[in-house]
Amino acid sequence: MIMDWALLTEWTIKSLVLIFGLIGGFAYLTLFERKVLARFQVRIGPNRAGPHGILQPIADAIKLIFKEELIPAKADKIIFIVAPIITVIPALIILAVVPFGPDIRLFGRTITLYISDLNVAVLYIMSVTSISVYGIVLAGWSSNNKYATLGGIRSTAQMISYELALGLGFVGPILLSGSLSLVGIVDAQKNVWFFLYQPVGAFIFWVANLAEVNRAPFDMPEAEQELTAGYHTEYSGMKFALFFMAEYIKMIAVSAIAVTLFFGGYRGPLVDQFPVLGPLYFLIKVVAFLYLMVWVRATLPRIRYDRLMAFGWKLLFPISLGNVLLTAVGIGLVGITGNNLWLWFIPVSTILFFLLVSHFAQGAVAGGNK
Amino acid sequence: MSIDIILFLGLAVVAILSAAGMLFSRNAIYSALFLIINFSAIAVYYLILGAPFIALTQITVYAGAIMVLFIFVIMLLGAEQTGRTPASWWMRPLGMGLGALLILESLYLIFTHLHSFPQPIEIIDGFGNPGQVGEILFDKYVLPFEIISLLLLVAMIGAIVLTKKKMKR
Amino acid sequence: MLNNWLYIGLILIIAPIFPIMALIIPRILAPHKPSPLKSETYECGIETVGDTWVQFKVQYYNFALIFLIFDVEIVFLFPWAIAYQQLPLFAVVEGILFILILVAGLVYAWRKGFLEWF
Repeated sequence: MIMDWALLTEWTIKSLVLIFGLIGGFAYLTLFERKVLARFQVRIGPNRAGPHGILQPIADAIKLIFKEELIPAKADKIIFIVAPIITVIPALIILAVVPFGPDIRLFGRTITLYISDLNVAVLYIMSVTSISVYGIVLAGWSSNNKYATLGGIRSTAQMISYELALGLGFVGPILLSGSLSLVGIVDAQKNVWFFLYQPVGAFIFWVANLAEVNRAPFDMPEAEQELTAGYHTEYSGMKFALFFMAEYIKMIAVSAIAVTLFFGGYRGPLVDQFPVLGPLYFLIKVVAFLYLMVWVRATLPRIRYDRLMAFGWKLLFPISLGNVLLTAVGIGLVGITGNNLWLWFIPVSTILFFLLVSHFAQGAVAGGNK
Repeated sequence: MSIDIILFLGLAVVAILSAAGMLFSRNAIYSALFLIINFSAIAVYYLILGAPFIALTQITVYAGAIMVLFIFVIMLLGAEQTGRTPASWWMRPLGMGLGALLILESLYLIFTHLHSFPQPIEIIDGFGNPGQVGEILFDKYVLPFEIISLLLLVAMIGAIVLTKKKMKR
Repeated sequence: MLNNWLYIGLILIIAPIFPIMALIIPRILAPHKPSPLKSETYECGIETVGDTWVQFKVQYYNFALIFLIFDVEIVFLFPWAIAYQQLPLFAVVEGILFILILVAGLVYAWRKGFLEWF
């Protein structure tokens, strides 16, 4: 095995930049969300700490560090302490396979703007997502609190239900690009973003992402009026902050993954001439998606739990299966006829399929508790 | 090569300790956690063998999906806190005897065939990449693949039939 | 290729440092005045009744089971999707058949009311 110290240092620095970038992103995402929500509700939002409140996240961090931490007497202490760590780690490592920009030259060496270009990157994302369930269910269970346990289990059931639609959402871009590597998928979007071929896939992927990170309108595990605060009811101080952090970092992560799969990643005009533009485009796209998430939270009410499960299983999952089948047919038609125009069969047919299924499945979802 | 050996031995320690931890935990949730660690260690073994696709499938399906199912089963049965069930008098000696037999057998096999084991082959570039897995799976092994889908269907129908009674009460 | 996995291992080692630090620093800085009342279980101020670790609904198990089956299906779809453009028509049809067989399972579960939440 080759052990090159310069290489190792470079990658350690890159990993640290990624992790601290995510933590800094988390801090300012909380401010961003509070500001944007405030504007939606015709308020001003935090504006006391520093100009326009830009020091608010730092004030919050200092407050949280000096809070007393309680461990309930009845809790399972080991798991209670480990659970926040298990929740944060997947959020921090999931972006290791995402390219943030094209290769750039710095100090006379070529630096790749990703941690790792795996040839099974999509599967890596799937496996990290499937592991990230445990932090939440263990936090809920170890608290030995009825609300927390219920919140944890509900959250797990919700996450696994939407993981199916999420996984099938990956299949569309893979079919189009013929690659499991995210670097390959971004390269395949040089001319056309996959969003145009996969409008339904992108939409379902996005909705499933909202459920996967427990954001409104799918924030059932934290439904205040039913479950106090869900799985982190008993957590305080920095441990609570870690759950909070995991949720917001996951928001950034799923936005980045959606951008990479469907919106060309770092691609944009003039990127090939000026590689530095790549990360900038990437950032702009991710912020646009984060804004969309806050917008959805400000607009939509929370979905009832039985409807949430029905929505995932009876609407999203069949539609995403149909999306995969129609995409396969479209690419097959291109292969048979040799005419690339058949690719436009995919968006047309999937949108028609989407409208058809959502029309008929409406009753099944809304009927819910009969 | 030495780093590979160190990695292998470290992993072996993790795998064995987590397996033992799973067996000896009083609490079923802890057992499940140890099993997750064990599955992950085995996934890294697949990686060392140059099979990234199988390694990540191992994590997604076993450490992810199957263990969630286990945790739900534990919660469904309310089995977290069950104490030690009184074992029959013959269980312990029988288990020990069978275990000893297994160890003896494997030791015998290892030492009698020490020189006839196949030598490890050099991993060629691109070995085990998912594209090739796909091409082989849908070319040479297409029948087993279809049988898998039928097996999964049967498993699902079986589960539905079995739990249906319970749900009606 | 092996190097790429090395980098994943590297970030896996680095990633836990931050959350562990975040748990250790407050231990030194934060006040610590435990009292039996503080460490009571918080259920909106009412004293807790009964046990938390009891039997849960069978439905969570049902959904996890169907999830497991379709998770396996999706994992099998990935190699199919990558190799799709190189595959002969026969293999393509096999893949679609694979999806349809499992769709039959989904339809069965749906008809039997297995996807109903109550």
